[in-house]
Amino acid sequence: MDSLFAVEKLTTPLEEREDIITVRNLNKWFDDLHVLKNVDLTVKQGEVVVILGPSGSGKSTFIRTLNALEEFQQGTIKIDGIELTNDIKNIEEIRKETGMVFQSFNLFPHMTILKNISLAPIWVRKWKKRKAEEIALELLERVGIPEQANKYPGQLSGGQQQRVTIARALAMQPKIMLFDEPTSALDPEMVKEVLDVMKTLAESGMTMLVVTHEMGFARQVADRIVLFDYGEIVEIGTPQELFDNPQHERTKEFLSQIL
Amino acid sequence: MDTIETVKNKQSVTMKPPATSQGKLGWIKENLFSRWYHAFLTIAAAIVGGYVIVQTFQFIIAADWSVISANFRLLMVGQFPIEEIWRVWASFCLVSILLGFSWGIWKGSIGHVAMTIGAIYVVMACMPFVGMNTRVLVLSNLALLGVTYIVGAKVPRVKIPVLLLWVLLIPLCILLFNGFGILKPVGTSFWGGFLLTILLASVSIICSFPIGVLLALGRRSKLPVIKWFCIIYIEFIRGIPLITVLFVGQLMLPLFLGDGVQLDNVLRAMVGFTAFSAAYLAENVRGGLQSLPRGQFEAAQALGFNSTLMMVFIILPQALRAVIPAMVGQFISIFKDTSLVAIVGLTDLLGMGKKLVANPDFLGKQMEVFIFIAFVYFIFCYLMSHVSRRLEVSLGVGKR
Repeated sequence: MDSLFAVEKLTTPLEEREDIITVRNLNKWFDDLHVLKNVDLTVKQGEVVVILGPSGSGKSTFIRTLNALEEFQQGTIKIDGIELTNDIKNIEEIRKETGMVFQSFNLFPHMTILKNISLAPIWVRKWKKRKAEEIALELLERVGIPEQANKYPGQLSGGQQQRVTIARALAMQPKIMLFDEPTSALDPEMVKEVLDVMKTLAESGMTMLVVTHEMGFARQVADRIVLFDYGEIVEIGTPQELFDNPQHERTKEFLSQIL
Repeated sequence: MDTIETVKNKQSVTMKPPATSQGKLGWIKENLFSRWYHAFLTIAAAIVGGYVIVQTFQFIIAADWSVISANFRLLMVGQFPIEEIWRVWASFCLVSILLGFSWGIWKGSIGHVAMTIGAIYVVMACMPFVGMNTRVLVLSNLALLGVTYIVGAKVPRVKIPVLLLWVLLIPLCILLFNGFGILKPVGTSFWGGFLLTILLASVSIICSFPIGVLLALGRRSKLPVIKWFCIIYIEFIRGIPLITVLFVGQLMLPLFLGDGVQLDNVLRAMVGFTAFSAAYLAENVRGGLQSLPRGQFEAAQALGFNSTLMMVFIILPQALRAVIPAMVGQFISIFKDTSLVAIVGLTDLLGMGKKLVANPDFLGKQMEVFIFIAFVYFIFCYLMSHVSRRLEVSLGVGKR
């Protein structure tokens, strides 16, 4: 079943695995506004990292710099051995390896679900149409909505649409999945179906970076939690460390506000 | 607690909407005579409307349409030599055949176009003033349309040749009029009437579309040279009247180029219209591009599409679809604007009309001539607007 993914589930403990994302000394400004301050982060293969933080803390901006949807001014980002530069070829190469799920779905409204998923594999990965569509159907099966293949995005509920975007990102067989607040735009009763898919994905060994406000998900699924505030990383730790024994004053304050 | 229980147990009842119609009389009373001033306005409008309709019909019946019948050929094809007129008929037939095949193959909106053209054929054949020859030819075109429809529906394999022929249609027709270098060439100075109108319009519409899209994309480009070229071009063209562009083409260009270079009159007009229309289209398309949420671009980029693929598959289909009404408006406008060539010495449909009313034989017949011309323009403009509405429906613009 996991043959669908480019990644294999590793059994080695996290510390012994190779780094797949390395961010060093990352700085970004919007004009004069310093939105990312000396961010350092290393993510291991197959690791699930949840990024928490108050709104406006730069967590979304951070995750978007990783696949060059935002530019940065200082520092280095290395993804799967490729250093992110301004070279467009380089950027496209990194984008092929990183799937992204947006808060507002961003499905292509003029195409059927099947086409939404198979378009990039056909044109970017240059797969045969049949192969791409087979994989698309298989992925739809996996996210639980195979019967929606020939509908248009507008005909689906929010939760279904978000599951399609996950399938669409997975169809490119990425090594890393980035989630930018995937459940924030959903009606409450649809949050669970999306989180369930993400949980399954995490269990299958995918490397995931998740910006979210879902504390339950963070506690249950994350290997590590990163707390952002004012554009810098305040604290990094396992869920137990961070939730039960936060070290930093700002972490305590943030947790007290949401728990 | 109690209320919640009752709501739960209660069967949900679906009711019909309350009846609103009180019969025709009720409707009339409700909508036309509900207040005294409504009644007054209704009666006044009925009197004015009735007067206009009666007058119009009286004019149509009393008018002397012989000016149209005597000059029908001039109005349609201008000075095109009569012994070479079969070329026009040949291109006519080609259009009928292609239309029939496309109707058979794709059905849908093309059917509406085909049926409208068919209706025009029938009307033409029934007109009292057309000659017997014309009548037979028009009716055989109608037959061609029908036969090819059936063939197209039965043999969908002809799809690719039909598409190819559509693309080549205009160049083929122009070559045919020019004689392919084999037949005796019919110079563009002999092209006139509605033939010239439709050639000018279709060439400028077809050519300005891709140029307009490229200009719109260029205006959003990150490369400063391309961006500024597009901005300057668009703003410059939009800043001058169309008639100026045509005058520059017809009068100034020969001066600049000197005697050595001979550019055809009609070609110059076509270039002028294309250049002009492209600038306006570019702004329409840019509006469509701006209407797309940024997320569409980001999603495409995040999937690894390069900018060409992103434009072709994600952005342009949505952007163009959003501006179909504006674009068709521009097409209709350029179709009507072709009548401006009458001012720079080409005899299109309107130019021919002006020449006719200047002829002492047809003194005082301008009403008939201009009403006929207006009618021809109206039919084609309405056809375009109708097709665009069908296109919107079939592409599902409204339902998103």
